[in-house]
Amino acid sequence: MPDGYETVVGLEVHCELSTRTKLFCGCENSFGAAPNSQVCPVCLGLPGSLPVLNRRAVELAIRIGQALGCEIRPSVFHRKNYFYPDMPKDYQISQYDLPVNVNGHLDLPDGSVVGIERAHIEEDTGKSTHIGATGRIKGASHSLVDYNRAGVPLVEIVSAPDIRSAAQARSYVSELRRVLVAAGASDGRMEEGSLRVDANVSVRPDGSTTFGTRCEVKNLNSFRSLVRSIEYESKRQVALLEAGEAILQETRHFDESSGETHSLRSKEEAYDYRYFPEPDLVPLEPDEALLRAAAVGAGLMPGERRRLLWEAIGASLEEHASGALADQIETVIDLELDRLVVDAVAAGADGRLALARAANEAAANPESARSLGAGSFAALLQLESSGSLSATQSKAVLTVLTEEGGDPSEIAARLGFEGLGDAEIEELIDGVVAAHPEEWSRYLEGDGKVAGFLLGRIMRESKGRANGKVVSTKLAERRSRA
Amino acid sequence: MSERGAPGGATSVRGIAAAVRSREATASSVVEETLERISAMDGELHCFHTVMAKEALASARALDATIAAGRDPGPLAGVPVALKDNICTKGTTTSCSSKILENWVPPYDATVVERLRDAGAVVVGKTNLDEFAMGSSTENSAFGPTRNPWDASRVPGGSSGGSAAAVAAGLVPLAYGSDTGGSIRQPASFCGIVGLKPTYGGVSRYGLVAFASSLDQIGPFACTVEDATLGLLAVAGHDPRDSTSIDREVEPLLDSLGGGVGGLRVGLIEEFAADVAPSCSGAARAAADALAAAGAKVGEVSIPEVRHGLPAYYVIAPAEASSNLARYDGVRYGLRVDAGDARTMNLRTRGAGFGAEVRRRIMIGTYALSAGYYDAYYGQAQRVRTLVVRAFERAYEDFDVLLAPMTPSEAFELGAKTANPLDMYVSDLCAVPSNLAGHPAMSVPFALGESGLPVGVQVLAPALREAAMLRAAAALEAAAPPGVRGPVKLAAAPAGAASDGGGE
Ligand SMILES: [Zn+2]
Repeated sequence: MPDGYETVVGLEVHCELSTRTKLFCGCENSFGAAPNSQVCPVCLGLPGSLPVLNRRAVELAIRIGQALGCEIRPSVFHRKNYFYPDMPKDYQISQYDLPVNVNGHLDLPDGSVVGIERAHIEEDTGKSTHIGATGRIKGASHSLVDYNRAGVPLVEIVSAPDIRSAAQARSYVSELRRVLVAAGASDGRMEEGSLRVDANVSVRPDGSTTFGTRCEVKNLNSFRSLVRSIEYESKRQVALLEAGEAILQETRHFDESSGETHSLRSKEEAYDYRYFPEPDLVPLEPDEALLRAAAVGAGLMPGERRRLLWEAIGASLEEHASGALADQIETVIDLELDRLVVDAVAAGADGRLALARAANEAAANPESARSLGAGSFAALLQLESSGSLSATQSKAVLTVLTEEGGDPSEIAARLGFEGLGDAEIEELIDGVVAAHPEEWSRYLEGDGKVAGFLLGRIMRESKGRANGKVVSTKLAERRSRA
Repeated sequence: MSERGAPGGATSVRGIAAAVRSREATASSVVEETLERISAMDGELHCFHTVMAKEALASARALDATIAAGRDPGPLAGVPVALKDNICTKGTTTSCSSKILENWVPPYDATVVERLRDAGAVVVGKTNLDEFAMGSSTENSAFGPTRNPWDASRVPGGSSGGSAAAVAAGLVPLAYGSDTGGSIRQPASFCGIVGLKPTYGGVSRYGLVAFASSLDQIGPFACTVEDATLGLLAVAGHDPRDSTSIDREVEPLLDSLGGGVGGLRVGLIEEFAADVAPSCSGAARAAADALAAAGAKVGEVSIPEVRHGLPAYYVIAPAEASSNLARYDGVRYGLRVDAGDARTMNLRTRGAGFGAEVRRRIMIGTYALSAGYYDAYYGQAQRVRTLVVRAFERAYEDFDVLLAPMTPSEAFELGAKTANPLDMYVSDLCAVPSNLAGHPAMSVPFALGESGLPVGVQVLAPALREAAMLRAAAALEAAAPPGVRGPVKLAAAPAGAASDGGGE
């Protein structure tokens, strides 16, 4: 961000709800089916068809509101009227001045808080593919429309303009994503369009208390695009202000290849959506039963999961701030391995070791790691802590344990890691001492450099079955006795 | 078949069903006769867009097989019915009298169609209407007008003119229309038959091509109150596919018909008298007198708000229509006029596909919902709507049912009002308050006007009080002078001049 200016960002996140069926009909809601195979008169908007609200979608929408601390209130569906070929009815059923969720907030990991103005229910549109050189509508020879996505339930989550940087925007979207996944409302897959982000970006001189003119940037389909577009847009707007020019309120498209934003339409060209109450639906009045049903099945929210992890590893406040452990904590939460860590610690594992192994090794295969039993994970970590297994051995056992399951000690034995007994280790040391008398003398005289050589020889002779820590201890004992 | 034989006249719904159920007649013979009658007489009347001869005969044979096998064929066994061509029929064109849907074949049946088939009725065809049900004369049809069986130089009313004329001409004993602002009741009055608009939510709208969703209701046409009641019962009741459908048991309405009006509190609405022809206001007053004579407690009631219904209606209905008709964009179905880009294709398709009245209402509705105008038009109209509802509530504190004229005039000549849309809109004056309130209302033939054409009287009731409404309607029917109702006696090939009288 150029000196002397502040970026102000508000985000609109469209989240596809992971319901079994669409918002207003019984068609399956799933990604990747053959084009136009999941359609019916209702989601195709055929004459005479009528929408029937999916109760499950309402529950998930309310659950999102609950997770974001929103006020949940009676709401009304409106029609948002505009022509577009991939919108079957040429209006979208959405919520307008009476959304179901209002006035919430999202706490970010760095302690900042972003206000949530509203989180409302609406239906998704179909998807157009423009056939031609550019892949965009301009210059296309024709367009194909797939209506499988038409009528998929969405919740649009609108933040307050509380975000002050591209990095904070990124943090907001990733934390929101975690909340949506934890709530069981979304699969959180940005690459499949399950989460789509528009950014309202403005800039203002440092210290200013009024907002600058904002531009809405569309087509932000990845974290990278989100960050790049906000950075680009801030610089563009500051450059305009520095040149004494005005910023026009408009909608802009982010071009991933160039990293630039381009004007789509100005304020004057903005659609007049002619909102009016949807006469085919009745008002939605959430009662106690609905609020309770919505809450059932929500998982732990990321803030709470973070707290449990910190507690499990027993970190100090300084460590909270340092960020070293924080990265591992975010990783295990994102991979949903936090439960495994917390449970392993409860079963006797060392907290930091459990966190490290989960964030690094288990993370390589999170799918399988999630089904790993906390008990066997803890048992493995205890073998490592007690010195029965070296770190390298422990990691190798973990790989097998994750892929195949089983008992850690048995896997260690199968891999030939069964720790050599004391007598066997002493025997190996005797052999190496006999073979390298010169080095041994230097070691006894206190030459530290030769210790590594001896350890290496012994480990090689043991074919990796000796625990390095145990060998080092025994070598040190012999020297002190000598 | 014993009840058959009135020249050109179908027998009653009740009579046909009884004959078919008791095997006095076969469904096939009833349907064959009906198809013959339609082919002989519909040439000039133009009630039908599509006659479903093949499908109807197949259904009739299936019904006869059901009966032969000793299974229950349903309460309307073998009754031929006609459907306004804005009610979706799987596999049969549903045009809404519009070029834009001229060749559109729905892949599904409307709920009412499913229910009629379940009841044993046989759908014989799809009837003419004003394009997308916008009109009061059936002249706004892309495929030509329907003529009034009483006088072929006159309109049958609209927008459900094809269904009304088909029943009045005796082509079918039962037909269905949709009523958004009088589109069942006004043509019923013009054609001398019974037309009933149920409580909003009483009959499923699933499969009814929407005009104005908050006002549209499907309802029956028949020659008698009893047949209209049978027609209502066959299709009424909760439908989970329509969110505005009322989840409540349907009352056994047939019991109300013979109940008489003793003690029934009947209010004659004063307001319309000044706005309608003497024959129409006179019919309403005569109806009030007749009910009083039959034992009802009759009084007059002033509901000034009803006169604001028409302007409110002509904002709300076009507003909803402008949105409902947006989907005819040339992309997925119906007419497409190709162009270089989607937007131009869309504009050309709509320009070519919609008639003048539809385009007019889309423009009015779009304007009424536009930023900066919403509150002054749509918002204001909704406030008036609320006032109308409250005014009715007050009136129904003192009365069980209300009476009013049905139409401002008798059936007018073809072309008489096509030059001035506002003249045409006034036809709906007495009808729209019930649509705005979502209340049931019906037209019962009760008099002949100066031109010898039938004049209906409107019976209104509060939501879900069809039973009271039908008690009054049955009493009016019993008290009506002879010759006021269909079916009309038609020669096999009616001349330009009409038949001169009713069927009784
Ligand atoms: Zn569907």
